[in-house]
Amino acid sequence: MNESGLERVAVAYADGTIALADVSLTLAPGEQLAIIGPSGAGKTTLLATLACALRPRNGRVMVLGREPWSLPSAALHALRGNLFLAPQTPPLPPRQRVVNAVLAGRLPGWSAWHALKSLIRPQDLAAAHDALDRFRLVDKLFLRCDRLSGGERQRVGLARLFVSHARLLLLDEPVSSLDPALASAALEVLQQEAHARTATLVVSLHAVDLALARFPRLIGLRAGRVLFDLARAEVTDALLAELYGAELGLSFQAPPSEAEARMKLTRSP
Amino acid sequence: MATLVPPAPPLHDPAWRARVGWTLAALAVLVPAGWLAEFNPFALWGDASLRATWQFLATFYPPRLDAPFLRDVAVATWQTIAIATVGTTLAVLIALPLALVANRTLSISAFAGGRMCALCATLRTGIRWVLILLRSIPEIVWALLFVRAVGLGDTAGVMAIALTYGGMLGKVYIEIFESSEAQGTRALLANGASRTLAFAYGTLPTCLPELVSYTIYRWECAIRASVVMGFVGAGGLGQLMELSMKMLAGGEVVTVLVVFVALVWLADTVSAFLRRWAA
Repeated sequence: MNESGLERVAVAYADGTIALADVSLTLAPGEQLAIIGPSGAGKTTLLATLACALRPRNGRVMVLGREPWSLPSAALHALRGNLFLAPQTPPLPPRQRVVNAVLAGRLPGWSAWHALKSLIRPQDLAAAHDALDRFRLVDKLFLRCDRLSGGERQRVGLARLFVSHARLLLLDEPVSSLDPALASAALEVLQQEAHARTATLVVSLHAVDLALARFPRLIGLRAGRVLFDLARAEVTDALLAELYGAELGLSFQAPPSEAEARMKLTRSP
Repeated sequence: MATLVPPAPPLHDPAWRARVGWTLAALAVLVPAGWLAEFNPFALWGDASLRATWQFLATFYPPRLDAPFLRDVAVATWQTIAIATVGTTLAVLIALPLALVANRTLSISAFAGGRMCALCATLRTGIRWVLILLRSIPEIVWALLFVRAVGLGDTAGVMAIALTYGGMLGKVYIEIFESSEAQGTRALLANGASRTLAFAYGTLPTCLPELVSYTIYRWECAIRASVVMGFVGAGGLGQLMELSMKMLAGGEVVTVLVVFVALVWLADTVSAFLRRWAA
């Protein structure tokens, strides 16, 4: 089986802050879901835990059918080559050329020699070309990353996904720098790719409307706990109000009406 | 439902006491240090030392500019540049691999908040000690050592610079790698890249301008250092100047000094150009 998931996972940072408490979820191959929740709810931590980039204090992690933390270090790192974690800020060195930044997605599969050669003369130019083409950014192929706009940087960071061979795709706020139309189009492209390679796609989003429009399954995360894990149709306005409601001390006020809450949600960053 | 508002911080700066404490500690060290060094600029104005200085300075004019001597100067200048350049290049070849291994950001065992494996931690500490050893012995001492070992000439100078500067560059490279924005490197490690490739695709492009800038500054220092090492027989302008000094030929000394100033100016110009290119 190629399932991934968490079982009663708790994550605490060195300063004692509890980031995740008792989180359980399962992800089937080819499944697509969105994680929503207020700022600081633990969305990024959840993705990092699934990516084996963070070792939980308690609980079991399962990635593509294997338990990463019971593997020897080399096998664990080989497993990381099968997943793709896109951090919230695109991890592009400012002076790197776009072509090398995209082809960096090939590193787990390339030999060291091949990868170093690629820095002198790009080794799979066609793949980089094709990856950028999906976001209509082919003209940026040989530019330096610091010449890109914020939205272009974000898409170049995501284009790395297309040249990788990952089967668990974990994207942290992948469209936060894009305007609504572009955001929807970019998600469409990413979802098609995940579907084509039967990869599991987990996306954290702050735009609730986008999550509702594009994903069949939603997980609501609040203060490090799963508030709901439901199919899209079962996510009610009342649940959403509860998910975001107590932010910024709003709990002292009367609960907002559903219409008000909805407006807040679609606007809040 | 519990409120998420954290308690307000106290209304005084918690860093204030430490700041005052460290300032007082620095003064407590620096004042006795100046006293111990017997810093006394007035000794220069003593009667005897003034006369001796003046006699030597008087021989500085006119500078010696005849063709055979200028040819010697040109050859020595070229030697000095070559010693500094080859020495610095070797130093980079020593420093870069050591810094790559010692870099903590690239530790795969410590990547996910785990502990660094014991062997890796020992290796990293070992490399730091090697670098300390290399740079704690001044290049002039290395040069004396190598002049004994390989004889008078450029090779001694090159080896001395390679070792001392390898130690200095390695230390600073490690600091640049570990203090720079690690996000690009960490993202590559998270996606399963090996440490060498995460270094080549993440760390290096992030740090390149700082590395180039510091290495070029060291090259400039190496030019000056190779002049000094010439005095102990390690080739170049220094060796020429030492000969002239011994013969009290002030005219030759001043010619070499002028070339020396020009050389440092040239190094400064070249490094400014290279820094603009790397930015």
